[in-house]
Amino acid sequence: MEKFGFSLTKARVIDYDANDRSIVSYILEREPSLNLCIECGCCSAACTTGNFTGFSLREIHILLKRGENDLVRQKIRKCMLCGKCILVCPRGVNTRNVVFLAKQAFTKNEGYEF
Amino acid sequence: MKQEENTRVWRDYQKEIADDHFFYVRSCIRQSFFPGSEQFFLQLMRDVLGKDVYENPSHTTCTGIGYHGDVVPFSTIQTVVARHYALMKESGYKNVAVSCVTSFGIYTEILETWKHFPEELEKTREFLYKATGREFDLPENVAHTSDIIYKFRDEIAARAKYPLVNKLTGEPLRVVEHIGCHYSKMFPKYGVGGAEFPQVLSGMVESWGGQIVDYPERRHCCGFGFRQYLVQANRGYSLSNTVKKFSSMKPYKPDLVITNCPGCNMFMDKWQYTIKEMEGLTYGENGESIPILTYEELAGLVMGRNPWDLGLQFHMVQSEPLLRKMGIEFDPSDKFKTKDGRQMPIPENLINS
Repeated sequence: MEKFGFSLTKARVIDYDANDRSIVSYILEREPSLNLCIECGCCSAACTTGNFTGFSLREIHILLKRGENDLVRQKIRKCMLCGKCILVCPRGVNTRNVVFLAKQAFTKNEGYEF
Repeated sequence: MKQEENTRVWRDYQKEIADDHFFYVRSCIRQSFFPGSEQFFLQLMRDVLGKDVYENPSHTTCTGIGYHGDVVPFSTIQTVVARHYALMKESGYKNVAVSCVTSFGIYTEILETWKHFPEELEKTREFLYKATGREFDLPENVAHTSDIIYKFRDEIAARAKYPLVNKLTGEPLRVVEHIGCHYSKMFPKYGVGGAEFPQVLSGMVESWGGQIVDYPERRHCCGFGFRQYLVQANRGYSLSNTVKKFSSMKPYKPDLVITNCPGCNMFMDKWQYTIKEMEGLTYGENGESIPILTYEELAGLVMGRNPWDLGLQFHMVQSEPLLRKMGIEFDPSDKFKTKDGRQMPIPENLINS
């Protein structure tokens, strides 16, 4: 790459046409309860990790549905899979399984090791 | 809405453009980087259309780049523009023809300021008189040179030798028109079609046989923007804007882009080289880049002028693919030769050549 003394900033626009939805499709096939999520944030409020870091399961769900996988890949490393989020979910989403399946999909589709 | 109502509303979006006797003010960027454009404008107006266009050798920069870069105060630029009006008065002209969109924006901004704040006008009269002993009148008509070409677009179409048609396919050429932000986004009443429906370039293209490309980021800034470009470390912001615009137009496969702003022309042209070097991205067909032309250069091509006389070789992105599509005959060996036949140095890294 030629050195010009400046770099290109990627646009912050969410491009649904270009984003990769394969990870969320993989999860939805195996855990359809993710469709019930209303992004109320109870999971994030109950989350121990979220108490000490910027981790938010609600954000993970939104990012997954948008296909913004780069952010999800980094963030889900913080989840301890404790399952407190499942206990408080008013819609009965198996949130722990969503994280588990996301990790599985990243490993299967992209060969990414957690 | 009824047809008559439509017509009435559209009439409100038109501007009055003088017919003859222009006081011509050049652009800093255009006369340096695309010298053929201004040259052809003068030739077209004087020799082909028989109009009176006067240039005063004492005309200077409008200082617009410094003003938008936050180094020239408003009172200074008002006095510089007042001096241009004084030169116009001394030369006996009342219609100003501005070659640069930045200058055009400055001229209109200052006229509007003087209208709403007459004390600024009086202050400027005093500054100019004390500094130079000159006095000035306000112009009767302010037109950008693209307005003037737009006004005479049908006369140009009547003399067309190469209409904007792809000779290889018989289809109209797909043209992206890019209008400088300072043309009508600040003061819509000074632009043809206002800020919402600027027609100044699309009118020319349609009149010369081309097809306008409508794409999502059609009114997005080219990325120049003065302040964000002047500091080297900030140029990534400028470049990112250009990438956004080109990425948006790429799926529509444009054959060329025409602009009416010197900054847009320079940046959309030279940033294509930078993007190619940095990211390896190109936005034209077959891995080529998209030629960026001024409206005068396009008018010149349509009228059958030699592309090298129009200065197309001074662009970073070369126009040969477009010339082949239009069926224009050209001699590649003449590209970098002076008028008296001497060979000039050939630049490296030109795109599309």
